Amino acid sequence: MSQFQAIEFYKTPQPSYRLLPFRFTTLDQDQYVLTNMAGEYLVSARDKLSDLLQHKLSNNDPTYIELRARHFLIDDNSSIAPELLSIKLRTRYDRLAEFTGLHIFVVTLRCEHSCPYCQVSRQSEDKLRYDMSSEIATGAIDLAFRSPSPNIKIEFQGGEPLLNFDLIKFIVLEAKKKNQQRGKNLAFVIATNLALVNDDILKFCRDHSILISTSLDGPKDLHNANRPRPGGNSYEKTVEGVNLVRQMLGRDQVSALMTTTEASLNRVKEIIDEYLAQDFNGIFLRPLSPYGFAIKTKSYRAYNAKRWLDFYKEGLEYIIELNRQNINFMEYYAATVLKKMLTSEDPGYVDLMSPSGIGIGAVVYNYDGSVYASDESRMLAEMGEEKFKLGKVLENSYEQIFTSPNLLDPLEESFAYSAPMCNDCAFEPYCGADPVFHYALYKDYVGRKPESEFCSRNMETFRFLIRKMEGDRFVRQLFTKWANS
Amino acid sequence: MLKLHGNLPVLNSSTRDSYLVTVTTNANLPPVLKRNRALLLQPNQDPKGYKVILAKELEGKVFDADSDVFQVSDDYDYLIEGDIIRLDPSSGSFNSLYRRNSPHNTILLTEQCNHYCLMCSQPPKDVDDSWLLQEAFELISLIPTDTEALGFSGGEPTLYGDRLIDLLHHTKRSLPNTAIDILSNGRAFKELEFAKKYAAVEHPDMLIGIPIYSDDPVRHDYVVQSRGAFDDTIKGVLNLKKVKQKVEIRIVIHKQTIDRLVKTCEFIARNLLFVDHVALMGLEITGFTRPNLDVLWIDPYEYKDILSEAVAVLNGYGMNASVYNHQLCTVNPDVIGNYRKSISDWKNEYLDECISCTKSGDCGGLFSSAKMYKHSKYIKAFT
Repeated sequence: MSQFQAIEFYKTPQPSYRLLPFRFTTLDQDQYVLTNMAGEYLVSARDKLSDLLQHKLSNNDPTYIELRARHFLIDDNSSIAPELLSIKLRTRYDRLAEFTGLHIFVVTLRCEHSCPYCQVSRQSEDKLRYDMSSEIATGAIDLAFRSPSPNIKIEFQGGEPLLNFDLIKFIVLEAKKKNQQRGKNLAFVIATNLALVNDDILKFCRDHSILISTSLDGPKDLHNANRPRPGGNSYEKTVEGVNLVRQMLGRDQVSALMTTTEASLNRVKEIIDEYLAQDFNGIFLRPLSPYGFAIKTKSYRAYNAKRWLDFYKEGLEYIIELNRQNINFMEYYAATVLKKMLTSEDPGYVDLMSPSGIGIGAVVYNYDGSVYASDESRMLAEMGEEKFKLGKVLENSYEQIFTSPNLLDPLEESFAYSAPMCNDCAFEPYCGADPVFHYALYKDYVGRKPESEFCSRNMETFRFLIRKMEGDRFVRQLFTKWANS
Repeated sequence: MLKLHGNLPVLNSSTRDSYLVTVTTNANLPPVLKRNRALLLQPNQDPKGYKVILAKELEGKVFDADSDVFQVSDDYDYLIEGDIIRLDPSSGSFNSLYRRNSPHNTILLTEQCNHYCLMCSQPPKDVDDSWLLQEAFELISLIPTDTEALGFSGGEPTLYGDRLIDLLHHTKRSLPNTAIDILSNGRAFKELEFAKKYAAVEHPDMLIGIPIYSDDPVRHDYVVQSRGAFDDTIKGVLNLKKVKQKVEIRIVIHKQTIDRLVKTCEFIARNLLFVDHVALMGLEITGFTRPNLDVLWIDPYEYKDILSEAVAVLNGYGMNASVYNHQLCTVNPDVIGNYRKSISDWKNEYLDECISCTKSGDCGGLFSSAKMYKHSKYIKAFT
C-alpha cells in the first residue's frame, strides 16, 4: 500500500553519528568487548570497531544498530541515550549515599581451631586479653547507629564468636533496644565454625532472627586437613551444626563459605558435590587472601592467579552443567559480577566496589576497640600494618573515625575510574578498587596493575563469563537469573 | 463475534437526535425511571412510558406514541439489564457502548492519531470527532459504580490534551472504584508538565499502555510510521515513571518486530526495569493489518522459541510479563506461567479443531478476525 513508507524512509543519511563514552579491550583473538558507562557490553569484530572509531560504520550494519540500542552512539534518529545512561549510572551509585551498612563486631580473637591460613585467631584461654568488653561493644553500637544507612547489619566474627556468646546476646539486645527509636532494618549474622553451637544458642538466634554463616571447605578429609581442631573433627561438627541450625532456624538460615588452599585445587568438583550433599543452593568459590598467617605460612604464595583461574573455571563449568540437568545451583562470585554486567544494581560486594567499599560499605570494630576500614584491614593490622586503622571506640568520635585520612586517602586514591590503567580498562565498571589488597602486597593503594593478581584474576574472570554467555543461550538465561537473584 | 454496531428498523420515533440510554428488562419500573430506559420487550408485555422500546416480535403490538421503537433481531440477544447503548432514531443506528457482563469495556475516545501503525486495528481518520469525548463524559456518568474495569482507547487519546485530563478527573469522581486502563503512544508525556497533570488526577488504579516495538529506533519509527516517535515515547515513559504513574509496555509481535524481540526485551529490562507490566501480544487481523499482511504475517508457531526466550529475559529480570492473544497449541510450555486469556469477549472465538481440545478451557482462543482471515497453520487439539 502506497500510503505506508518503507523502513529506509526513516533512516537519516550518513554520516551523522556521535560516539558516547565507552571503552574496549580484547576478548579473544578476533573479538573485542566494548563497555558503556553503565556497564552494558557488546562483543564486536575488530574491523567493525575500527570502522566505528573512524566514523565509517554504516547505519545499515547490524553492529551499528546494536551499538545505538546499547548507547555507544547517538545519531539523528535517536539521541535519548544520554538520558537513559544517566539514569542507569545514578542507579548504580545510589547505594553510596546510604553509607556504611555492614558493621562487623569481632567479639573475641580466641578460637579452638588452628587453621594454618587463618588471619586472625588465638589459641588462648585469656578472656581479658582477647575478648571485647561490654563497654567497647556499647560504644561500637552507638557508632553503628550513627550510620545514615536505613539497613544496618551487625555481623559477629572472631576468632570463634560463640566463645563469647554472652557478649553477642548483650549486643543483640542493646542494638534492638536502640533501634526502637531508630526504626532501621536491623539484621544479625554470626560467622561461626559451629563446633560449639548448642540448643540454647540457637533458641536465642531463633528468637532474634539471627542468621548463621559457617565455613565448609569441601569433603571431610580436605576440610579437616584445612581446619585442625582438638579431636580432628571440624567437618563432623560443621555438618552436625548445619543440620541443627536448619532444624531450629529454618532451611535457608545458614550459609557457608569456603577457602581454597593448595590442596583444594584439584578437587573443585568434589568440593561442589559436598555443597550439594549438604543441600546448599550455591557456593562462593574464593581464593585465599594475602593476609595474616596465609602469608606467614606461605599458603598464599602456594598458588598463583593462573592456577586459581583453572580451579575456578573448572568449577563454574561443572556448575553450569549441573544447571543444565535442572539442578539449581549458583556460584556467588559469578553472580556478583553478573549483577554488574547485566543490571544497573550494585551488588555491594566490598572487593568489587569503586569507590572502594572500605569504611563506607563495611566497617570493623575489633575486640580491643580499634576500628578498621574492613575485615582485611584488621588482618593487615595483625601483621603489624595499621594503615587502615580509623580510630578507637570510646576514644574517637564518629566524625573523627569516618573522616580519618586512613579512610579518605585510600578511597580517593584508589577510585578505579581515575586510577592508572583502570581508567581506560573496559572492565572497570565490573571491577573494584581494593586498596587494602594492593597495599598489603605493594605498599601502595593502587599498585601496578600488570603485576596485580587481583587485576589478572578478575580480568580473566570477566572475559570468561562474557565468553560463556555469548556462545550459549542457556548460559545467558542462567546468568541473567543469577544476576537478578 | 457480537454485533456491537448496526442499523435497526425504526418503527416509531418521537425525537431526532441520537442519545445514550440504559437497557432494562423490567416492564414495571417507576415512571421517573421509564423516561430514560430502553425496555427489551418480552412477549405479553404492553408497557407505557418508556423512552425506548426494543422489540423482537411486532405482531399485534400497538406502541406508545411517546416512545422510540426499534426492531431488534437475534443478533442483539446479548443485551441485558444495565447495558448502555447509543440510538439514533432518525437513522436507526445502534451502538453498544457498555456491556454489564463484560470485563472488557473500552471507550473509543477518538479516531485521530499522530501514528499510522502498519498493523493498526483502528485505522485513524483525520476528522473532528470530539463528539466522542463529549459522549464519553455522559457515558461515564451512566456506567454503574461497581464496574471493575474500564478502558479508554483511540486513535490517540492524548491528542485532546487537557480535555483528556478533565475526562480522567470526571471518571475518578464518577467511578472511584473502577480500574482504568488507557492506550496511548505516550508521546504527549515527553512534556513533563503534561505528565504532571496526568499524575495530579491521583487515580488509585490507572494504568497506561504504551507500545515500544523495537530497541532499534528506526524500526520503531517505521512500525508506527512516524519519525522521532521512539525518542518521544521513551521520554514519555520516563516522565510518567518520574511522576510515579503505572505504565505498561506493549509489543505487538509480527514479522517486523520478531527479529529484535529478545533484544527489545533486554532493552526494556536494562532501561525501563521500573515499568509495571510488559505485554507481548499476538497480531489481530483487522484494520491496516489486512492490507499489510504480507509484511506483517509470521506464523506464531514459527516464532515460539523466540517468544520463549523473550519471556525468559523478562522473567529473569523479575519483570511482570504477559503473553496475550496466542493459542496454547502455538506456544511452548515454558511460557504458560505468563500466558493470559486476553481477547475481549465480544471478538473471541475458537475453531472447529478446538471443540475436541482438552485445553480449550485454559486457552485464550482466537480473534474473530483471525478465524475469518488468517491464523496459525498449526492449531491442533490437545487430546
